[in-house]
Amino acid sequence: MSFNIPENYLYTKDHEWALVQSNIATIGITEFAKDQLGEVVYVDLPKVGDKLNQNQTFGVVESVKAVSDLYAPISGTVTEVNAALLDNPDSLNTNPNTEGWLIKVQISSESEISSLMKPEDYKKLITQS
Amino acid sequence: MTNTSVTQKTPLYDDHVKLGARMVDFAGWIMPIQYEGLKEEHFFTRNHVGLFDVSHMGEIRVKGPKAVEALQWLTTNDVSTLENGQAHYSLLPNNEGGLVDDIFVYCLEKNSDYLVCVNASNTDKDFAWMTKNNKGADMTNESSAWGQIAIQGPEALKLCDAVFAPIKVSEMARNQIKKSTFKGHQIMIATTGYTGEKGCEVFIEAKGTSELWNALLTNPAAKAKAIGLGARDTLRTEMKFSLYGHEIDDASNPYEATLGWAMKPNAKDFIGKAAIVKVKEQGLKRKLIGFKMLERGIPRQGYEIKKQTGEKIGVVTSGTHSPSLDEPIGIAYVETSFTTEGSQFFVDIRGKLVKAHVVKTPFVNKT
Repeated sequence: MSFNIPENYLYTKDHEWALVQSNIATIGITEFAKDQLGEVVYVDLPKVGDKLNQNQTFGVVESVKAVSDLYAPISGTVTEVNAALLDNPDSLNTNPNTEGWLIKVQISSESEISSLMKPEDYKKLITQS
Repeated sequence: MTNTSVTQKTPLYDDHVKLGARMVDFAGWIMPIQYEGLKEEHFFTRNHVGLFDVSHMGEIRVKGPKAVEALQWLTTNDVSTLENGQAHYSLLPNNEGGLVDDIFVYCLEKNSDYLVCVNASNTDKDFAWMTKNNKGADMTNESSAWGQIAIQGPEALKLCDAVFAPIKVSEMARNQIKKSTFKGHQIMIATTGYTGEKGCEVFIEAKGTSELWNALLTNPAAKAKAIGLGARDTLRTEMKFSLYGHEIDDASNPYEATLGWAMKPNAKDFIGKAAIVKVKEQGLKRKLIGFKMLERGIPRQGYEIKKQTGEKIGVVTSGTHSPSLDEPIGIAYVETSFTTEGSQFFVDIRGKLVKAHVVKTPFVNKT
């Protein structure tokens, strides 16, 4: 199975991605994470205005079988949530890299960006597992 | 928990790998959790026919002139009512009135030969317990000698009739067992199952398991697919069937677990009887119920059931997103005053109280 790993995204070992555009990071789960989970049937997300610390849990995605915590790749304030997923997580199942994004965060600590994984490192991580 | 450092393989291990199964460690066994996908497999079983490798289940043979006496003492159901070729669900109680396991007892020869099918994770514990509390029967742990395949779904009987001809499995009543052979291998066909669907569970000499598995997959009488443990769990949860380690364990009372129908305290004496019956006579404090969510959230095993005030009144034993109903369902022990249909309470999901209510079970109607 091959997974699409966009070159302009950054990644975490928890199989999340972050797309950094100026001081806003869009956050989602990777295709690999989605494949491991199976079909996502439920998503829990924070509210706009919530403050997240890096590595703190900010929500969950659940498949029929399993509950997986979501960890903030980066510290910041939630500016937007993909509310469509709360009613119907289908777009997360079909396009986790794009329409299935989870939240947008205003980055509070730009120095944390360098702690995220480059696409080539993430590729290595999932080929090892 | 059992010691999982040594992982055992069923006779179908290579077949699972060939089918591309995702294999996981389950109770000391390496088992397929899914092949194509849990949901697809769940629906395939509900609509067609699913094949389940249940070779990891334990088989304990109880023989000899003292077989009935031993089983009457060890189990809660009345073994003396079983005629040749009949089977029933039963329980192995402990001295404190809790449960060592839940089991199926098959009568192969009335008064002298019985097969007890037990949960994989409990096989060693059960055999030690039965041996320790034996009343003179000949007991053998035959688990490694038998493979077992469950064939379940609306098209299961059609497939079984074709594969096991001349035996007509479709003409066997529920909870029957019949000895036969398949390509020279000894088999026992039992019209039992764990999905709520029509079908059977077939015990076969271990070395013949793979041949039977592939015959079932390729026979043109019905299109069958391999189904993993993931779908096995959602299928049984939709029926509110108990799973040891979830609904019942060594501290469960059978009446609270709504398994009173497998109890025959007036017919005979058995281990833990006084303790079990006392709980019922004093009035049950809690009972196992099925519930659905009235607000967003999926209940999971171990989540607490609470009143709006936060006071704990129960605990979730199983919970999932039901593929058939496309909504969350749960099984829980709750205080008796919250067990009538429509009773409302809250499930504590990650610190948030989410409203739920008691519903009729099984969640999915199968007749």
